[in-house]
Amino acid sequence: MDIADIHKNSKLLLDGVPYNVVEADFMKPGKGRAIYRLRLKNLFDGSALDRTFHSGEKVDEANIRAEEKQYLYKDGDYYIFMSTDTFEQSFIAEEQLGDKKSFLKDGDVVNVLMLDDRAIDVTINTFVELKVVKTEVSSRSDTITAQNKQAVLETGYIINVPPFIKEDDILKVDTRTGTYVERVTTKK
Amino acid sequence: MADAEYRRLAHLKPNLERRALIYQFTRAFFRGRGFLEVETPVRMPEVAPEQHITPLASEDWFLSTSPELHMKRVLAAGYDKIFQFSHCFRKGEQGRGHNPEFTMLEWYRSRANYQQMIHDTEQLIVTLANELQFGHHIQYQNQDVDLTLPWPRVTVRNAFRYAAGWDPLAEPDPERFDIDLVTKVIPSFPPCRPIVLLDYPAVLASLACLKPSEPVVAERAEVFIGGLELANAYSELRDQREQVRRFREEIRQIQRETGRAMVIPRKFLKALVRLPECGGIALGIDRLVMLFCDAGSIDEVMLFTVDRI
Repeated sequence: MDIADIHKNSKLLLDGVPYNVVEADFMKPGKGRAIYRLRLKNLFDGSALDRTFHSGEKVDEANIRAEEKQYLYKDGDYYIFMSTDTFEQSFIAEEQLGDKKSFLKDGDVVNVLMLDDRAIDVTINTFVELKVVKTEVSSRSDTITAQNKQAVLETGYIINVPPFIKEDDILKVDTRTGTYVERVTTKK
Repeated sequence: MADAEYRRLAHLKPNLERRALIYQFTRAFFRGRGFLEVETPVRMPEVAPEQHITPLASEDWFLSTSPELHMKRVLAAGYDKIFQFSHCFRKGEQGRGHNPEFTMLEWYRSRANYQQMIHDTEQLIVTLANELQFGHHIQYQNQDVDLTLPWPRVTVRNAFRYAAGWDPLAEPDPERFDIDLVTKVIPSFPPCRPIVLLDYPAVLASLACLKPSEPVVAERAEVFIGGLELANAYSELRDQREQVRRFREEIRQIQRETGRAMVIPRKFLKALVRLPECGGIALGIDRLVMLFCDAGSIDEVMLFTVDRI
């Protein structure tokens, strides 16, 4: 497509790598060629890139769409997802998933960003509920002084929690910060 | 949405008050110097063919990209000093310093050249700064700008040698010129002073005449303040054959690059033979208002930008 049709949040493909347009700055000498200065975010690794284009240049639009998929299981270094619609499976490398892997549990339905037929990213809900699989029992005095302690969640993520949290409790976690929000249910 | 518009428009009012004052003082400035305010059509059958300015169509005609051709026809009829505030339309130009519909302040002086037009511009802006109670210093985007006259002049050759490492007069390359101007040369200008960039390569002359003593140079100058390209001045080309040649070249380039067909502006060319020796300049009023309102974006000085109409 023509560079003039690129706006903020357009998705481009440069040398096979998909980018999101974070900022598009239009500059033009009165009598001269239009210059487009783009701030781009690499959709594979999140890195930033600044590129300058001029009027008349063509760029490839990245065919990117979000699809609802269920996280099935982890196989070696790959996380396997399945479309809830077509049952097609796709995978994302653990490395590419980054911190998001801490908040994905088997059976979760998430939005997976697809570049053509390739999964490149997932959108995790802002809040997720995860079960505590391991934490130390707090003594009475710890409870009074309200010292936080560590707990291991079912995804393997280690989180700071208040002393009253016990194993098998289900916690609400803020995925933006990776922090504890509240206890949802407690072991009967 | 309606709420957001209500808040935005209310918030713009101080800038629009200042905008109105700038119009008022500008009119007084020109009237005091014997200029006649004119109005030329905004919708027209022919515009100057310019490779990097795309006109908007209006039925079989165009919306004005610049009042230049009509104003020169007025000069050719013997009017010697004229000015105009004119709405201009340029397709696809939208950004912090651009809106597809904008206002140009354009003025012409007979028996004058590009240097005298720059002198007028210096006088106008210093007068406006005084009338608006700024004195010789304004603040623009956290930078003090000293408007004391005269403003520094730098030739295109020296500015490009310094900031981009090449000489656009020795090796003309219009494409590289535009990119380096925006990404290297303008950012190299000291922000504390206005700057006049002058003597453009002949290939970028457009409607300016060439320097008789140095024909690789066009008598064209531009004024920059606070990184804003404010005004573009010419010693106006009066040679009809040369003008036809340049228009044909532009039409050929436009056809080749975009497939658009443009016509030669005939009425203008017929009048050109009567054009007196003169200088002309076009100044982007919206950007001048941005400067005096310390606005970083054109939508802070314009009620309805194209995305809000």
